Amino acid sequence: MSLLDLNGVTLKFGGVTAVNNLSMSVNEGEVFALVGPNGAGKSTVFNMISRFYRPVRGKISFDGENLLNHRAHEIANLGIARTFQNIELFERATVLENLLVGRHRHRKSSLPEQMFFMGRVRQEEREHRLAVEEVIEFLDLQAYRDKMIAGLPYGVRKVVELARALATKPRLLLLDEPASGLSVEETQDMRWWIDDIRRQMGITVLMVEHDMGLVSKVCDRVLALADGAKLAEGTPAEVQSHPAVIEAYLGTSAISKTANAKGERV
Amino acid sequence: MDVLQLLLSGLANGCVYGLVALGFVLIYKATEAVNFAQGDFMMLGAFIMVGLVNPQFMGLNFWLAVPIALILMATLGYLLDLLVLRHMFGQSQTAVVILTIALGFVIRFIAGVIWGHEPQNLHSPLALGDVRFGGVVLSMADIAVIVVTVIMTMLLWQFFQRTKLGLAMQAASQNQMAAYYMGIPVKRVQGAVWALAGVVACVAGILYASKGTLDISSGFIGIKAFAAAVIGGFGSLPGALMGGLIVGIIEPFAARYLPAGYSQIAPYALLIIVLVFRPHGLFAQVRVKKV
Amino acid sequence: MRFHFKTSYDHDIRLFPDWYKFSLYAVLLLILLALPWIIDSFYLGEVTNVLIWSVAGLGLMLLTGQTGQVSLGHSAFMALGAYTCVNFMEAGLPFLAAFLLAGVVTGIIGALVAIPALKLHGVYLSIFTLALAILADDFIVILEPWTGGVNGYFAPEIWVFGIEINRWAAPETWYFLTLGTALFVTLIYRNLLRSPLGRAFAAVRDSEISAQAMGVDVARTKTMAFGLSCAFAGLGGALMGLFAGAFNNETFNFLISIQLLMMIIIGGLGFIHGAFLGAIVIAFLPQFLSIATDVLHITVPGLETGVFGMILIAFILFEPMGLYGRWLKMRTWLELFPFARRDMFRRQKSYLKTERLR
Repeated sequence: MSLLDLNGVTLKFGGVTAVNNLSMSVNEGEVFALVGPNGAGKSTVFNMISRFYRPVRGKISFDGENLLNHRAHEIANLGIARTFQNIELFERATVLENLLVGRHRHRKSSLPEQMFFMGRVRQEEREHRLAVEEVIEFLDLQAYRDKMIAGLPYGVRKVVELARALATKPRLLLLDEPASGLSVEETQDMRWWIDDIRRQMGITVLMVEHDMGLVSKVCDRVLALADGAKLAEGTPAEVQSHPAVIEAYLGTSAISKTANAKGERV
Repeated sequence: MDVLQLLLSGLANGCVYGLVALGFVLIYKATEAVNFAQGDFMMLGAFIMVGLVNPQFMGLNFWLAVPIALILMATLGYLLDLLVLRHMFGQSQTAVVILTIALGFVIRFIAGVIWGHEPQNLHSPLALGDVRFGGVVLSMADIAVIVVTVIMTMLLWQFFQRTKLGLAMQAASQNQMAAYYMGIPVKRVQGAVWALAGVVACVAGILYASKGTLDISSGFIGIKAFAAAVIGGFGSLPGALMGGLIVGIIEPFAARYLPAGYSQIAPYALLIIVLVFRPHGLFAQVRVKKV
Repeated sequence: MRFHFKTSYDHDIRLFPDWYKFSLYAVLLLILLALPWIIDSFYLGEVTNVLIWSVAGLGLMLLTGQTGQVSLGHSAFMALGAYTCVNFMEAGLPFLAAFLLAGVVTGIIGALVAIPALKLHGVYLSIFTLALAILADDFIVILEPWTGGVNGYFAPEIWVFGIEINRWAAPETWYFLTLGTALFVTLIYRNLLRSPLGRAFAAVRDSEISAQAMGVDVARTKTMAFGLSCAFAGLGGALMGLFAGAFNNETFNFLISIQLLMMIIIGGLGFIHGAFLGAIVIAFLPQFLSIATDVLHITVPGLETGVFGMILIAFILFEPMGLYGRWLKMRTWLELFPFARRDMFRRQKSYLKTERLR
């Protein structure tokens, strides 16, 4: 059963068509990847789901709910969490505080209750911390719990961002290049985590990734984009051997293969 | 005739605001910093002229003093960048704003110590005589202000559009690191901008002092000029000038036609309206952060 | 070096992390309570002044230090607090009710003002608020029936539970009133920091885009920050006006807001301690300078603001974390002695990359 549906979605920046008449659907419980050369519009699709951009045409629905009726901050409440390509953490806060922001959608207390820290706030805080500790345990972040983000290495930040998204207890997780800039070992960890996120937590994952090794290991289905339009869709093996995909990669830039190996960043 | 008279005197005032606003925009365009001390720069430039020209101080010839004052202010601008602002490299815009506000305090203090707190008049050859045509009276100083402002704006605009240094300044402002990699000496370019801002402030100061009295809190017109720059649109030189003219023209009309007490409100009320409805000024640039 | 083993989530949640911290602050509170019997009435007045500035400073700190929005217009809200308080008192409300209500009203008006200002970022917000501060002066003159115009107000008599709060006859009454207010505001501030709203403030400050993705309503959070900040500033302004004895349109001019902003930066942006340390500097600097100029037999007009500006420049250049940041570094150095290294405190080199397109 499909959880997220994009139907004929089009987005233009000025005269440039970033995404052109794209339709896709992500089923509940699967890991779905968007691949494609740089500038194909992958992150733009994410930003439309997050409602940072509004498509000029088309529909996006999540579990039957029309996302275009919601504003950016309401998306998390519906159960969609995301990470960012160029890590957007709260720099001057600790790892714990970052994850607790992820719990924001689960708060119930009002402003006066928070001002005077009444019983319910205290009780909720305990629950938030319990939930966050589970995520910390799952992603092995214990050593960094009270560290400021500003001093953390890149690889750890990447994991903290994943943790923050998981702390929201989402139904759909959007991962924007989860493995970019990570070492071989860190990419391996990421692979097992994505597997566990799907199997143990039952969270549906939609990701953008350049590392075809990772994609073929964790994904059920892949959609290849080029110039904002769909090239091919299917299992990782099918998409990789699809002639249009090969042409898009080799035709547009032969160097993208080496760039993929290094885990490029835009 | 009455309207024309108000318009012309407003225009002359507006040109001074516009010149100070040009200084704001100049620094903003090139360094992405906002120099809240620009008004105090103007005050200092004017006082340097007073110090050079007025008989109780050095009593130099006006036309000899002008280049000296310009050079002094350029040096001061460059030194400020070298000694203070260069250490702020890469820090947030807010930190720079607060730093320059503090700098304004210090400049006001130093000017007070050197030239005193009494209002002064610059012995300026521009301040002599009025011109009248068809019932409209315009002082020589007002005419000089308008002419000099138009010339300054043209020169600066050409500078940013045509010269290599001007283009380098724009590049340096938009992405410091990329500009570095392209071989632009970012720090020296920024020093040059501060020197240029000092010169523009000095010109504004000389014109301001030629039009009327000067004291150490004259620098507060910097706030009005800043409002003007925002109204016109930060980051646009012609916009800054237009903003200055708008504020300058609004003031005499508000003073004439609004009840007492309401007239000072006009420029700031306009600023708030512009900020609410056209947050990036009348000559707006659209911006969306890419994630 | 002390170690603190956490055994329950409450260790992170409660006001004081451990008994050591608790006892430190308990001792500080005892000293503050005993202060009227330790120092003479002149210095007690100065300490009262420090506490008043601290209350207003905490207000601005919540907005600037916690939420990252720079306001140069808080003097307008301090004035609003002072005038509403006096008007409520003249309408017959008891002082405490009028005082708290003044805070609430200022907060609500502040939140309403924030709504159009929300779209503005950085410098644009600063100039917007600066314009408010300058306009406040003119509005006070225009709204003469409520404000007394240029003649201003003389502070009415203040009675709290049958005790007269009088600056001259009983300076300790004023001291305890401001101490109580400062503690009240600090407690609310602290509670907010350990609640979801406080974390939402930090989220908005550090990355609006990911705050949104986490479900934080950026506009609402900023409005709340602005409202709360103005409420505190209103309380501070009411105290400042009443403590001065008389106030008019020039008491709360825009330079007060600039001074307030400089104060919290010198103290340390983002720390509660910073508001208090900054207030100490701002209140005692004039004293210190007048003693210094007396000793040197010179008079320098405008020295205060000049020195204040220089101190601020020095802090921004050499210690952007302010006095409290300096103290934290000293403490770390002492705790680690002799293992602290210089480069532990080095700031990361950064490049400014703007979002400007042209």
